[in-house]
Amino acid sequence: MKKLLILGAGTAGTIIANKMARKLPAKEWSIQIVDQDPLHYYQPGFLFMPFGVYSEKDVVKPKSRFLSQKVDLVMGAIDRIDPEANKVLLEGGSKLDYDLLVVATGATPRPEETEGMEGEDWGRDVHEFYTFEGAGKLARRLKHWRGGRLVINVAEMPIKCPVAPLEFAFLADWWLSKNGLRDKTEVQYVTPLSGAFTKPVATERLQHMLSDRRIHVETDFAIGSVDNSNKRIVSWDDRTVGYDLLVTVPTNMGSDAIERSGLGDELNFVPTNKETLQAEAYENIFVIGDAADVPASKAGSVAHFEAEILEENLLAAAAGKDLEARFDGHSNCFVETGFGKGMLIDFNYETEPLPGTFPFAKVGPMPLLAESRMNHWGKLMFRHVYWHALLKGWPLGFGSAMSLKGKRVDLLKQPELAHVG
Amino acid sequence: MKEREVAGKVVAFDDENFMVNYKDWDLDVATALAEEEGLQSLNDRHFTVLEFLRRTYEEKGTGPTIRRLTKESGVPTKELYALFPGAPAKKAARIAGIPKPKGCI
Repeated sequence: MKKLLILGAGTAGTIIANKMARKLPAKEWSIQIVDQDPLHYYQPGFLFMPFGVYSEKDVVKPKSRFLSQKVDLVMGAIDRIDPEANKVLLEGGSKLDYDLLVVATGATPRPEETEGMEGEDWGRDVHEFYTFEGAGKLARRLKHWRGGRLVINVAEMPIKCPVAPLEFAFLADWWLSKNGLRDKTEVQYVTPLSGAFTKPVATERLQHMLSDRRIHVETDFAIGSVDNSNKRIVSWDDRTVGYDLLVTVPTNMGSDAIERSGLGDELNFVPTNKETLQAEAYENIFVIGDAADVPASKAGSVAHFEAEILEENLLAAAAGKDLEARFDGHSNCFVETGFGKGMLIDFNYETEPLPGTFPFAKVGPMPLLAESRMNHWGKLMFRHVYWHALLKGWPLGFGSAMSLKGKRVDLLKQPELAHVG
Repeated sequence: MKEREVAGKVVAFDDENFMVNYKDWDLDVATALAEEEGLQSLNDRHFTVLEFLRRTYEEKGTGPTIRRLTKESGVPTKELYALFPGAPAKKAARIAGIPKPKGCI
């Protein structure tokens, strides 16, 4: 009997486990998945918690409910991978062996990476919304908000869901307006990037939407420290931005188990072939989702599209064949823009987000890179799709490869800028 | 891509003003590019960073992120910003004659 071992039962690990349970012959292969947390979090929902749109019960359910009966869920913390011995060591000493390994250990926010971020103000006037606890705390803080300087800061790239901090700014503008606090609140968006987003055409549109909402954007700001006593953030080149409430997206890093295994880069992400999803260092190790260093967004949609490619390549590897499936970096994100509207962006390694319609040319029905109510409903509906279809690894009706259908490719004035990087 | 004269040599640059071929680089080119970036002169510490960038590019095909640079070159972040004010990763890559580092998605 051979074994496929999957590390991490988050979005990526759960999808690939369920897919492989349907495809790998049960007489020859067993599937085991390891995680330390019995709960599955709908991470896109964290964004809505601070504004009371979702409550805690909307975004958390038991992990076991979403895994196929054929998958053995092992609860435990991973100590390290021993790739030479084809074994994974758990904390407490037990060992799991594997023939094929899938690393799906994700990424987590690390406030401790920035000096002073976990100081006096942490959890009081300095918050994050990338964890279940953090989003809940921020919701309670906003209940007592009466106005002042609200600063939204991204510490360092790459982060999970690079549009989330922008969405937070848009939703804050909506929520403050609704509660009669917008005129009493100065909103600033402080980013280490040279613009609002990473891709040029989308950046232009988003920049416009931010200025329409009177949100000031401070670019090229690489945070060096949080100065709690003077309530300000300080960049490495000594610029300062004062805050009454700081909502930060801390540095995101891969699992410490990856570092202990010697398999990670400087942020504990695993060097991975961006097309085949095979780890650069070992032939029988594959990587999916946020844990990989591939130049795609760290997002659930990417994990979903990667899973279709990885399924084929794992089957090929199990049969001793060449890896033929190639991931194109496809990412598809709903961007909530406030006031019951949303925007949709669709892109890959080669093509940046463009305006147009999705998934069909002209008829859409969803407009790309433009605000609409349809996209907002799409985003809210997606929570149900996530729990009931996406995690189970069912196809969602369009293939994994990005399509240029319906996209305004004429806007690619500088195609070389459309490339990632 | 466009070509122009730098320190008496014809050098090719991409649209964001990064050198296309890192082998066209030498000390005179570095000094001239540094001036374009507003640096009056280059000292030993600048060269520690520039050499680390070029070595990383040779080995990995892309320049390092700031995090890797400060972790492995022995130049702390604060000093890096003092040496190359503004956007050090981009500025230092430009002066080191390597393409714009990947890594921002």
